[in-house]
Amino acid sequence: MTENLKIIEIEVLRYNPESDQEPHLEVYSVPFSDDMSVLQGVQYIKDNFDGSLTFRWSCRMAICGSCGMMINGIPKLSCETFLRDYYPDRIRVEAMAHFPIEKDLVVDLSGFIEKLESIQPYIIPKEPRSLDQGEYIQSPKQFNDYIQFTSCINCTLCYAACPQFGLNPDFIGPGAIALLHRYNMDSRDGAAAERMELVASEEGVFNCSAVGYCSEVCPKHVDPANAVNINKTNAAKDYFLRFLSPKGGAK
Amino acid sequence: MSKRRPYVRSMEGWWKKNPYFVEYMIHESTALFVAGYAFVLLVGLIRLGQGEAAWNGWLEAMQSPLSLIFHLVFLVAIAYHTYTWFKIMPITMPPIIVGGKRVGPGVITGSGLLAAVGVSLVMLVLVFWFGG
Repeated sequence: MTENLKIIEIEVLRYNPESDQEPHLEVYSVPFSDDMSVLQGVQYIKDNFDGSLTFRWSCRMAICGSCGMMINGIPKLSCETFLRDYYPDRIRVEAMAHFPIEKDLVVDLSGFIEKLESIQPYIIPKEPRSLDQGEYIQSPKQFNDYIQFTSCINCTLCYAACPQFGLNPDFIGPGAIALLHRYNMDSRDGAAAERMELVASEEGVFNCSAVGYCSEVCPKHVDPANAVNINKTNAAKDYFLRFLSPKGGAK
Repeated sequence: MSKRRPYVRSMEGWWKKNPYFVEYMIHESTALFVAGYAFVLLVGLIRLGQGEAAWNGWLEAMQSPLSLIFHLVFLVAIAYHTYTWFKIMPITMPPIIVGGKRVGPGVITGSGLLAAVGVSLVMLVLVFWFGG
């Protein structure tokens, strides 16, 4: 079966917490066809060379956000990255940068999940509303204010692209701040002041030095760098304006 | 007992690992040239306050070949800084809506650069006009 297939070398960063002191690279020669993604290449390795190779994946169509990896040092979804674009060169696949490696290509995302929880990623209504008051009305213009930021699939490629997160893992980071902004911008939501405490905190937006690579690698064009930087302005406004009108969450 | 032992990779030399980060470090470090030139002008102001002889000395120093080379280097670095500054401007701004459509990043960067060139030209004209 492999006769008419080309062979590409895939270098994989392996780490087994039970036996390895540190990660190391292993090279596999993988036969591939032009329609094969890097994820399929890694699956081929697991099926044919080493069943212990560990990685996350699910949908294979860039919507679940599970299969992020460093591919030749660039954060990408491995399901929408194709082996043919690298052939005949060797391709290096590593766990997403800046996260602790759990095993092989699987990283520890618990920090991200905690941050996601902390930004209260749900609509907190301005005032309680009863059923007989009917649905919330939102104009197309109000919808446009936040729709871009709803596209986030929590793939965390933006974190793998953010050196400031790498240097300070406490930084809430691009993805969670983009979602925070999504809810703040929603006309039905009234919790922007509550979320401001986090935006302006030590872990907040001022960790960002506008590298901008997060928006570059985002597979869903969410532009998290924009969300972070708009919230720098919002935090500064909140800080100075509270002297004029004492309200807001900043302490 | 948990077999977990998450491995944290070092951030040492992070900015050398990706061409995007190398460019970031270059354009951020050009800010030092902006600060440097502000310092040169500040020295000029101080010399002006010290009287005519001091001021003429500073003017003379500015015209030395070494100073001219420095000016050329500063000009290149500050021009690059200006370019990258306006290049990242779109990501730092809230969306601007004109006629129901969001203004694209290219337009924002372009207008910024155009304004910078315009202001520089006005300054040049003023300097030639009043500089005698």
